[in-house]
Amino acid sequence: MSGSARFLRICGFARSLLVFAAFLLLFAFAFSLRTAQAQEPAEAPSPAPPGLAEIVAGMRDAGLPQLRAAVAALSASGEAEALPVLQALAAGTLNQSASGAMAVRLGPDRFVDAVTGAPLEAASLGALKALRINNALRRDIAAAIGGLTLRHEDPAVRRSAAAQIFANPDPANSPLLEAALAEEQDPRLRLLMEQARAAILLRGGSASAEEVAAAVELLAARGDRASLGLLNGALASAPEAARPALQEGIERIQRRLAYWGIGQNIWSGISLGSVLLLAAIGLAITFGVMGVINMAHGEMVMIGAYTTFVVQDLIRAHSPGLFDYSLAIAVPAAFLVTGLVGVAVERGIIRWLYGRPLETLLATWGLSLIIQQGVRSIFGATNQNVGNPSWMSGAFELGGLTITWNRLWILIFALAVFALLLMVLNKTFFGLQMRAVTQNRRMASAMGVRTPWVDALTFGLGSGVAGLAGVALSQIDNVSPNLGQGYIIDSFMVVVFGGVGNLWGALVGAMTLGIANKFLEPYWGAVLAKIAILVFIILFIQYRPRGLFALKGRAAEA
Amino acid sequence: MIAAGLYHRLGSRALWVAGILLAVAVLAPLSNLALPEGHALRLPNHMMPLLGKYLTYATLALALDLVWGYCGILSLGHAAFFALGGYAMGMHLMRQIGPYGVYANPVLPDFMVFLGWKELPWYWLGFDQFWFAALMTMVVPGLLAFLFGWLAFKSRVTGVYLSIITQAMTYALMLAFFRNDMGFGGNNGLTGFREILGRPIAAPETRAALFSASAILLALCFLLCSLIVRSKLGKLMIAVRDAESRARFLGYRADHVKLFVFTLSAMMAGLAGALHTPQVGIINPGAFDPGASIEVVIWAAVGGRGTLIGPILGAGLVSAGKSWFTASFPEIWLFLLGGLFVFVTLFMPKGILGVLASIRAGWAARRASARKQAGVDPDPEPSAADPIPAAQEAAP
Repeated sequence: MSGSARFLRICGFARSLLVFAAFLLLFAFAFSLRTAQAQEPAEAPSPAPPGLAEIVAGMRDAGLPQLRAAVAALSASGEAEALPVLQALAAGTLNQSASGAMAVRLGPDRFVDAVTGAPLEAASLGALKALRINNALRRDIAAAIGGLTLRHEDPAVRRSAAAQIFANPDPANSPLLEAALAEEQDPRLRLLMEQARAAILLRGGSASAEEVAAAVELLAARGDRASLGLLNGALASAPEAARPALQEGIERIQRRLAYWGIGQNIWSGISLGSVLLLAAIGLAITFGVMGVINMAHGEMVMIGAYTTFVVQDLIRAHSPGLFDYSLAIAVPAAFLVTGLVGVAVERGIIRWLYGRPLETLLATWGLSLIIQQGVRSIFGATNQNVGNPSWMSGAFELGGLTITWNRLWILIFALAVFALLLMVLNKTFFGLQMRAVTQNRRMASAMGVRTPWVDALTFGLGSGVAGLAGVALSQIDNVSPNLGQGYIIDSFMVVVFGGVGNLWGALVGAMTLGIANKFLEPYWGAVLAKIAILVFIILFIQYRPRGLFALKGRAAEA
Repeated sequence: MIAAGLYHRLGSRALWVAGILLAVAVLAPLSNLALPEGHALRLPNHMMPLLGKYLTYATLALALDLVWGYCGILSLGHAAFFALGGYAMGMHLMRQIGPYGVYANPVLPDFMVFLGWKELPWYWLGFDQFWFAALMTMVVPGLLAFLFGWLAFKSRVTGVYLSIITQAMTYALMLAFFRNDMGFGGNNGLTGFREILGRPIAAPETRAALFSASAILLALCFLLCSLIVRSKLGKLMIAVRDAESRARFLGYRADHVKLFVFTLSAMMAGLAGALHTPQVGIINPGAFDPGASIEVVIWAAVGGRGTLIGPILGAGLVSAGKSWFTASFPEIWLFLLGGLFVFVTLFMPKGILGVLASIRAGWAARRASARKQAGVDPDPEPSAADPIPAAQEAAP
């Protein structure tokens, strides 16, 4: 090969890597946009009427009964300004200070006056004592907040207030609810309020059969687990004539829940599949190109997770404000770290073992022991604390499904990584060379592909992707030196099941195994489901010894 | 006649090794039991089960090497066969506890009483008889290996794929045995044994007898393996290892050869496991851990795969090293073990025996060249018995 041609090829490699890096940056950018949106400015405080101030002042040194009365008074005042006080009381951030002010703690050394909302000097407050509440009071507060916010000008606040009342149906809120219903314009909010009214009606237990039937109709149409609980609760106290309607409503909801249960299983399966996909896809690449099973793959995942931990640690120490961006920073960092480790491993160990795949398997196993013990020596054997950024915490409802944000983001992330890899493989020069080596190593070499280079970069790429998986897994799993071991056999199963011909094998394999696993779990339990999957794969291999998406033709014979 | 025939078939080296093992089987217990406490040549009591354990490990490594070194099947689940044998023996020992358990139930083992079981599951029946349990230590692993191998070899699952599914097999077994309702003691496994064949299990005499049994088992397995690898079947195994397609095209049933060797090896592993359990006093699902199986592979690799003495040597050395390091420097043991994997595969692909052989070949070559310089005709090139071909398989 002439010098200039070699130069061109090296340029090709560099370009492919640049493309990949650019995509990573883009992804990181998308993450940060999302985080930026997540931070909203706090509401500006406004002056409070005097009546409120008296009630709040009366809460000083109050026992639980007095606090209860104060909460009722705040609720009865109907003032929007009573809301932050109740919220602070519920959150346990309402403090009485030695200086006489009632202060709400917003953060370390940041206080505002409970009534006026004006900022207070932490130093001037003196000794602080938080007002303590119990569970009964907490329910009162929740109901009071619900009542107070039903007529708020912001529809989102009204919605959450109605939902709050639905969750804690208290007949005391009935008048507030009626008043709010009378002036509510938004049909969807009206529906929610009517449902809340129905809940109160059923809870009250003194309704006529017609009223109950109407309430059942409303709740059955809503059809979630909370409605089912309400109907079941009402069954005992309802009048005889209302029983059939209640029974039918319960059956309707149960049927609906069964359908949504299937949906929830599919979602859990897809979510598990996305985790498997992330863990296995790097393995599929190295196995496909080099015919090498990298037993240290799980440890690359683990290194990726520890990179996330280190990044978060640095951010905590130096600029805590960036914490929500920590994953966006960890993604390229983990890719680089594990990618470099991968290239080093390939150059140092694996390239001496080509043509001996079983020996490679042993050497990489040894390497995995060394990496595990190394991490254990540096960071300790205990779990490290990797935090969830705010935009990855919590869950939302979609119909009858409960979807947690972190699982959703991991699914999106897995699909993005998959799409990126597909792109790198099919659209870049490096990918072209990789595919050539996969299909026929000797012929590719004869045509001038520098197979050692391709091997090293492929191994680096596969390990880098494992590192990306580590970033994602750090959000849902314990970050400990054993993190990788939990995934390695599952990843093998995905690769063996899906085949190594192309990446689609990994996608289909991961999703199939994930969904099958989650569908078996309710019937057989988690362990038996997993055993069943393993046995299934062992049997499946008998029929397709090279997996679902096997390479065909001569390439498969090697 | 028979002795001469055996000598002819085995060669002197195999008989030497077996003879040494049998001598150890007699002398070590003698030194432990007959010599007075504090005598320089006396094996201390705690060494007997430890050495006996190493002997069962060596048998396991030998069994693995028969399939890996001679037949090219890298089983990453061989410890599963070992553990199954161990469980079969453990079940017998549990039945032998009889009414002396914590709950004093004459039939049910303690853990079953604890779980509220009323009667013995059907698969525990018969294990009160020693002969039945002893049979099962071979039959259960052998049957599993036969079924597994029958499926895998018939459909020509080879190489890395086979290794991975053997690993999946042991992993699945581990998960299954961890379950309480499987009836094998769940997480805690089987332990608290009291008697074997009517003798207290922790008595020095019993320990010595178990040690002897382990050494004799190893010697017998070694002789059997020697017979096999020197027979026509052995040649066929090596042919299948080095060029499976070619052997098949010549009309040999490669799958039958593999199936036979795999099953036989699993039965040997099961017997070794059966002797392991009474010596360590416990068998639990950790024995099915995929890591345990891979450790067996490194024993064979360190000693020298494709030889029969190598795995015995490797199992002894690595296990002794593990015992010493995990007691003295627990934090560096994994570094050493991991380093051993990397070092052996990179620099000693034929193991310790390979290194010794190449040193000897070096001496021979030097002598030959010296003689050549002195004007004597050199010997014809000594046919170095090369257990492993340089390139085992074509590059994928």
